[in-house]
Amino acid sequence: MTHKNWDGFVKGIWQDEINVRDFIQANYKEYTGDDRFLSCATPRTQALMKKLETFFALERQCGGVLDIDTATVSSLTSYSPGYIDKENEIIVGMQTNRPLKRGVNPFGGMRMVRQACEAYGYKLSSKIEEEFQYRTTHNDGVFRAYTDEMRKARKCHVITGLPDAYGRGRIIGDYRRVALYGVDKLIEEKQNDKNNLANGNFDAERIRLNEELYQQIAFLGHMKQMAAMYGFDISQPAANAREAIQWTYFAYLGSIKEQNGAAMSLGRVSTFFDIYIERDLANGTLTEETAQELIDDFVMKLRIARHLRTPEYNELFGGDPMWITEAVGGMGEDGRTLVTKNSYRILNTLYTLGSSPEPNLTVLWSNSLPENFKRFCAKVSADTDSIQYENDDVMRPIYGDDYAIACCVSAMKVGKQMQFFGARCNLAKLLLIAINGGYDTTSNMHIGPQMPVLDGDTLDFDAVMERFDIYISWLSHLYVNTMNIIHYMHDKYAYEKTQMALHDTDVERFMAFGIAGLSVVADSLSAIKFASVRPVKNEEGFITEFETSGDFPKFGNDDDRVDLIAKDMTHKVICELRKTPTYRNAIHTLSVLTITSNVMYGKNTGATPDGREAAAPFAPGANPMHNREENGALASLNSVAKISYDDCRDGISNTFSITPDALGRTEQERIDNLVAILDGYFAKKAHHINVNVLNRETLMKAYEDPEAYPNLTIRVSGYAVNFHKLSREQQREVISRTFHESI
Amino acid sequence: MTQASIKGRVHSIQSLGTLDGPGVRFVVFLQGCNLRCSCCHNPDTWALSDGTEYTPHEIAEKALHFREYFSHGGGITFSGGEPLLQADFAREVFALCHKEGIHTCLDTSGSILSDTVKALLDETDRVLLDLKYTCDSLYREHVGCGMEKVLEFLAYLNEKQIPVTLRQVIIPTLNDNEENILTLKAVAEQHCCVDKIELLPFKKLCQVKYDNLQIPFPFADIPEPKSETMAALRKLLAEYSG
Repeated sequence: MTHKNWDGFVKGIWQDEINVRDFIQANYKEYTGDDRFLSCATPRTQALMKKLETFFALERQCGGVLDIDTATVSSLTSYSPGYIDKENEIIVGMQTNRPLKRGVNPFGGMRMVRQACEAYGYKLSSKIEEEFQYRTTHNDGVFRAYTDEMRKARKCHVITGLPDAYGRGRIIGDYRRVALYGVDKLIEEKQNDKNNLANGNFDAERIRLNEELYQQIAFLGHMKQMAAMYGFDISQPAANAREAIQWTYFAYLGSIKEQNGAAMSLGRVSTFFDIYIERDLANGTLTEETAQELIDDFVMKLRIARHLRTPEYNELFGGDPMWITEAVGGMGEDGRTLVTKNSYRILNTLYTLGSSPEPNLTVLWSNSLPENFKRFCAKVSADTDSIQYENDDVMRPIYGDDYAIACCVSAMKVGKQMQFFGARCNLAKLLLIAINGGYDTTSNMHIGPQMPVLDGDTLDFDAVMERFDIYISWLSHLYVNTMNIIHYMHDKYAYEKTQMALHDTDVERFMAFGIAGLSVVADSLSAIKFASVRPVKNEEGFITEFETSGDFPKFGNDDDRVDLIAKDMTHKVICELRKTPTYRNAIHTLSVLTITSNVMYGKNTGATPDGREAAAPFAPGANPMHNREENGALASLNSVAKISYDDCRDGISNTFSITPDALGRTEQERIDNLVAILDGYFAKKAHHINVNVLNRETLMKAYEDPEAYPNLTIRVSGYAVNFHKLSREQQREVISRTFHESI
Repeated sequence: MTQASIKGRVHSIQSLGTLDGPGVRFVVFLQGCNLRCSCCHNPDTWALSDGTEYTPHEIAEKALHFREYFSHGGGITFSGGEPLLQADFAREVFALCHKEGIHTCLDTSGSILSDTVKALLDETDRVLLDLKYTCDSLYREHVGCGMEKVLEFLAYLNEKQIPVTLRQVIIPTLNDNEENILTLKAVAEQHCCVDKIELLPFKKLCQVKYDNLQIPFPFADIPEPKSETMAALRKLLAEYSG
């Protein structure tokens, strides 16, 4: 087919099928130059941003939540249109009818909504309470099906953070499809898919899919209505850059109105937008300044996206994150870079609008990226601490060149793959439970296979490993089954209609498991193997402490003796997980990522043989434990790089903090060296790194006087936060982390 | 001594060095020093008997773990202590690194020029030469050797055309003056091997190390230079580079 709004685009199969990648490949213009073409913020942008700053300040003063609409269930058309400043906005659309006002979304679970309202001094309206008396939420469904053992595992925190009381998230709709094709074409395609189902045998899977397609089509219709409320008809393809951004944003907005998933990522839109911007620049309807303005306005909208959460939730995922992750850069399969001028523009928003944790700007790093772009990224990192890097050279061979990142580190082909998010299990706690023969000394619960407490004056490595294997196998089976229930119920009671409408109907699914405490476990096993660990029992005969004497290799020093323990551990866990089949034949994946929950996981875990005290935080993600690195930053990076992405396809998160002085004497040196570090780390096949270039003293000042540092942004674990939004405990943990300093 | 039996005494290893040579450096701090500079910030590296023993292969092997990070001109740097005291060992490591195409850099005070040191310099791609003062009396008072030794060393580097970064720690009251900078500049101009001069501010973080070792820090009473002073001296240096 053809459409007048496609005039000027290079033709291709994208015209005959839903295929955004083909459109991009046929039409984008790579850019290998430097950043000098970029424009600053216009007075309009500055004025609008100033208004937003006022809202942000008010939100802070109100304890983190500015306002809640307690009487309306969030959905695509349930609020009247909202604006920051209607006359001066270029891209419009808001989650509720006012900036930063949060909606309620009880489909995941009522209790969480109720508690969240109460935590900020609100009360959920009786109308909603009543309506949902007669509805089953995702949370209701899950708890109807949980076994006793699943409840226990949850209660003692050996599996924690499960999406069983809120939206699961980590699904990225291909929001670009709305801009490229218009909603009518998408409805037509979905209707065809639905009609085609009619010819087969109606088993459970086909019936479910058939109903899902009905819902997808209905919600594409709602999306059109939502846009119409703002005065736009999105039934047809976008005619110019402004419309392309607006249509794409409406698709994203519809999704976050419908769903309150933990991570609601954006995908990979920058280079897609660049095609429209280039067309408009060529026909004279746009200038560099107005192009930047469009991106600035779009990003401002993303910066005010919010979901309502409980304080308990914030303990896991600190800083009020949305994970509006945008994957920038990377290389194409044909060897051209996917970096365009618009890759620069979106990073430039950290200057035009100031540094910010959202959107979660994620650079897909390849050794082959243009040197100019590498240097610009390094400069932005050093200036703003707001971006993260992931290895395009290890992901592209698996996912092709049109994948994006959900949440922090979860790669998926846009519109073709989705994942069932599964939080993480606490591997360090499991080690202690194994040593104690199925007893958790923090919650005082018997759990798992029951056997005697490990014997002996000192712990024997082989005996501990044999025992640990049994418990890893037990927990893996339980973990998969628990996830199966959660995602069955989520599909049943809180299905992502808008986002799945923006996927191919025949979608590939991942089931993403995770582990916390990897470096604690590696160091503990290393201590047992290379030093002497004497277990100390309490009155009941359970081991609660360890006396470790002698030295042992520690993860983070590029020492294979312990690094390979960590690597083997991830391999073991994913192999065990694969033994239990998943719901909807999802592919098992594993992450080493904790968000900020490393503090909470540590809090619920007793003393460990590596010398970590009871209740002390774990290191985040795959990081070595704080201040155990003795050979400097690169040795630490090398240790993490040894964990195999083949075992951990859901990502391996590493957070790296270095002082400016340690990175080089001049700005140019710092940029060069950071590029060299990133090139080296990723050449080692490492997966992910957060880069912070800052002094510990800055954080300490911000800890003492949060009001003075409202915009201080730091990368924590796969995402960035405003430092002041972290809990005091999380702030202390961040300050205590290793800062690589000059000597 | 046969080559197989050479072992080096290593004080510590810093896998990310960005201040000691071009690019990202794998820095090996060797144990032991023949000088006793009053401004020394590593008194814990003085004793010849301390440190951990490594064979040249072990160190080269470690350095190789980091070669991916050396793409932007980086490599290995020997610092100390005084690496010239373990010239045999350092030469062996550099030779092994050169076989792998890794850039080698030596951070030294340049007070020894023996045959083994010359052999080491044959395997050295760049020297960071610490020219502590530009006057012999300060050298004798605060370093413990004559300045002529260092100039002799520099002359040899010039003869061999080994690229040199001249470095000087700026210490208030001793060398934070215009005359010193101009002399330093003149020394550099007389030796075409010198392609860079770095002025480093005197730092007192090392006080803790002296306290731990229970030895007095000779320059405990000298303040760190002000950043304006550093900027002014660097500007002066740059102007005369004209």
